[in-house]
Amino acid sequence: MTARRLLFAAPLIGLAGGAAAFYAYMASGRDPRGVPSVLVGRPPPPFDLDPLFDGQPRLTKAAFTPGRPAVLNFFASWCAPCRIEHPQLLRLAREGVNLLGIAYKDRPADARRFLAELGDPFRLIGQDSTGRTAIEFGVYGVPETYFIDGSGIVRWRFAGAVTPEILDDQLRPLLRRYAS
Amino acid sequence: MAELGHFALALAGALAIAQSILPLIGARLGEVRGAALMQTGPACAGVTFLCVGIAFGALMHAYATSDFSVANVAQNSHSLKPFLYKLTGTWGNHEGSLLLWVLMLAGCSAAVAAFGNNLPAVLRADVLAVLGMIATGFLLFTLLTSNPFERVFPVPEEGRDLNPLLQDPGLAFHPPFLYAGYVGFSVAFAFACAALIEGRVDATWGRWVRPWVLAAWLLLTLGIALGSWWAYYELGWGGYWFWDPVENSSFMPWLLGTALLHSAIVVEKREALKVWTILLAILSFSMSLLGTFLVRSGVLNSVHAFAADPRRGVFILGLLVVAIGGGLALFAWRAPALQPKGFFAPISREGALVLNNVLLASACAAVAIGTLYPIFADLLLGARITVGPTFFNATFLPMMAPLVLALPVGAMLSWKRADLAGALQRLWLAAAIAAAVLVVGLFVSGLNVLPVLGLAAAAWIFCGAVIEIGGRSRWSLSRLVRLPRAAIGMTVAHIGLAVSTAGISGMGFAAEQIALLRPGETMEVSGTIIRFEGVTRAQGPNYTAERAQLEVLNPDRTVRFAMQPEKRFFPSQRMTTTEAAIHTNIMRDLYAVLGDVVPEQNAAVIRVHVNPMAPWIWIGAVVMALGGVASLSDRRHRVGAPARRRAGPVPAPAE
Repeated sequence: MTARRLLFAAPLIGLAGGAAAFYAYMASGRDPRGVPSVLVGRPPPPFDLDPLFDGQPRLTKAAFTPGRPAVLNFFASWCAPCRIEHPQLLRLAREGVNLLGIAYKDRPADARRFLAELGDPFRLIGQDSTGRTAIEFGVYGVPETYFIDGSGIVRWRFAGAVTPEILDDQLRPLLRRYAS
Repeated sequence: MAELGHFALALAGALAIAQSILPLIGARLGEVRGAALMQTGPACAGVTFLCVGIAFGALMHAYATSDFSVANVAQNSHSLKPFLYKLTGTWGNHEGSLLLWVLMLAGCSAAVAAFGNNLPAVLRADVLAVLGMIATGFLLFTLLTSNPFERVFPVPEEGRDLNPLLQDPGLAFHPPFLYAGYVGFSVAFAFACAALIEGRVDATWGRWVRPWVLAAWLLLTLGIALGSWWAYYELGWGGYWFWDPVENSSFMPWLLGTALLHSAIVVEKREALKVWTILLAILSFSMSLLGTFLVRSGVLNSVHAFAADPRRGVFILGLLVVAIGGGLALFAWRAPALQPKGFFAPISREGALVLNNVLLASACAAVAIGTLYPIFADLLLGARITVGPTFFNATFLPMMAPLVLALPVGAMLSWKRADLAGALQRLWLAAAIAAAVLVVGLFVSGLNVLPVLGLAAAAWIFCGAVIEIGGRSRWSLSRLVRLPRAAIGMTVAHIGLAVSTAGISGMGFAAEQIALLRPGETMEVSGTIIRFEGVTRAQGPNYTAERAQLEVLNPDRTVRFAMQPEKRFFPSQRMTTTEAAIHTNIMRDLYAVLGDVVPEQNAAVIRVHVNPMAPWIWIGAVVMALGGVASLSDRRHRVGAPARRRAGPVPAPAE
């Protein structure tokens, strides 16, 4: 086979590679939304983030109060699905759930405006402007939500917008099960 | 009715199989012995279209009458939904949208059969066979994994309703345009495969394939514009393009299709770039299939993937591999035999079109990398990565800048060998106007560099296009109207690009303001004063709404006009949507959104954007599409293409 022939076969080889990768991806059973995080069953990685609002304490693991389950949500003002899930977060906040927020790769002013407009469901918010903490968590993309039980262990993670169905079918049962 | 639809669909499947085999055999037997077999192609295509049409009609009927015994209707419709959205709900779900795709594909086949009388019989038979194969794949996919006519028992009292975000005129008509564009590229793909089977690509081939590419391109342009317009007014935060993976997957075929549109001209005029054009035709359709795969397989996590199901993903992946793999294998096998023809000077129209192709293809590659990298990074490196707008702006814009810069010059160059200095000389006025825009813009905007550069680029393209057509018609209106429509189409499309560029740049000056207002209080956004009058409750057909009453005031406090942004709550899906109020005077949009309502204080959060030139983005897209229409009406496309030079026994077309 000459070099010229090989050149003409290049797109086909590219397709084969791409298709194999896609297949491997799907066969690995990774649903990007349902990927079981390696964190599940373990405590979250340590973090220490500047507060989004002046005067609030820094967001650290100390925010996971012993005996009180918490929902940790990575969000960003530039993220469209975050707007879709926001009403669900507000609903949880009204029900008294301990909600913690991490503003992911966002300008603080933009994040504050986002919350001023849609309402602020979070008890505490940290800024992860470099995305460093998100990497430690293994965040797939925003929005992403973690449930941490009263003993500080991650029990659930969900990548993508928490829709009313996800809220009712997955998160609420956890909140009930781990309610102290 | 549903069973009738299912039966028609199965029949269409059988016919599509016949259409993929019989004409192909006929074509191999030759003009005379294979004539009867080749004649089955158009017949199969016509009847398949009829059958798919019946199936689609049956599903639409089930939606129109809210027949909840059909599972698909029960899951995606609601008896209280407005009638229009009942109808458009037909394609607002996985099964229905697939059926729409198949309908479009069958329509394309039938169109080739109906309008292809001037094609050589062998070429037409091959094209129809390839289209038949694609249709077979998609029909099997529909019948085996996504039957839209499945019944459900017991019959539910009420449907689960359509995602309220999709209950909107912009989005209701976005999929048909988008799919028509995607599917239109399948015809270009079929022509490319047919040319490879025959081992012959020449100027007439370029002329036959161009109208299909044009039609596909203009529909895709409109489809993308509709989608982006929807995102602008419905998602309620003033943006119009988010580099969302699903948006990207419709943008990639557009970029390649635009490249194909231009390279097909080179094939037609100069018989050069043949191999590349064939490859582009295959890749444009591949990108359309990839888009479908990404959205339908659930590989991507996106707002748009409203009916993702990983189990179906494997089937589509198989379909994708067979279709694209077949095309590319044919390419690897036959394309090396295609001989390049004619010499090629870098400074010439064809040279400029090569530059256009290189830049557009690179831009497409950049978008593809940004879209797919997170998936592969996850798989290979175990790293979870999000690629945001920063990446796309940093990679995409640098490709667009030279494209925009070179566009007016390239359009000015002549074929074969051109005079660059002369072309530049004729463009001096355009350059001067662009420079003036740049200087004035920088001064007025206080050095807001990027949007001003965009405006200058828009002025450059616009003036360049006007000077080009002006020079060609020697500034005489009577000569202008007698120019070939393709030339007018080019000018109009380039002006459309200028208008869109101006709109996108204008958005760079957008201002926004957010405030918690009590009734009677006012806010000000770049000189516009808005007074909040209060929030009322309203009842829609299938939602309840909170409606803010805003009044935009003159400086003397008299009311100029009112705006009523809403928040709608859809009880059937327990979802809230924002309905932005938009007041436009073409030069700017005033865009108001109702945020959180605080009933205790009778107050509400109001966000107002002033978006200069925003409507131009979509006006430009429509102008581009009009350019496509003008070019499509060129008489060279309508009059039978001349018989091939080495035509031999091919009879001359009847016209």
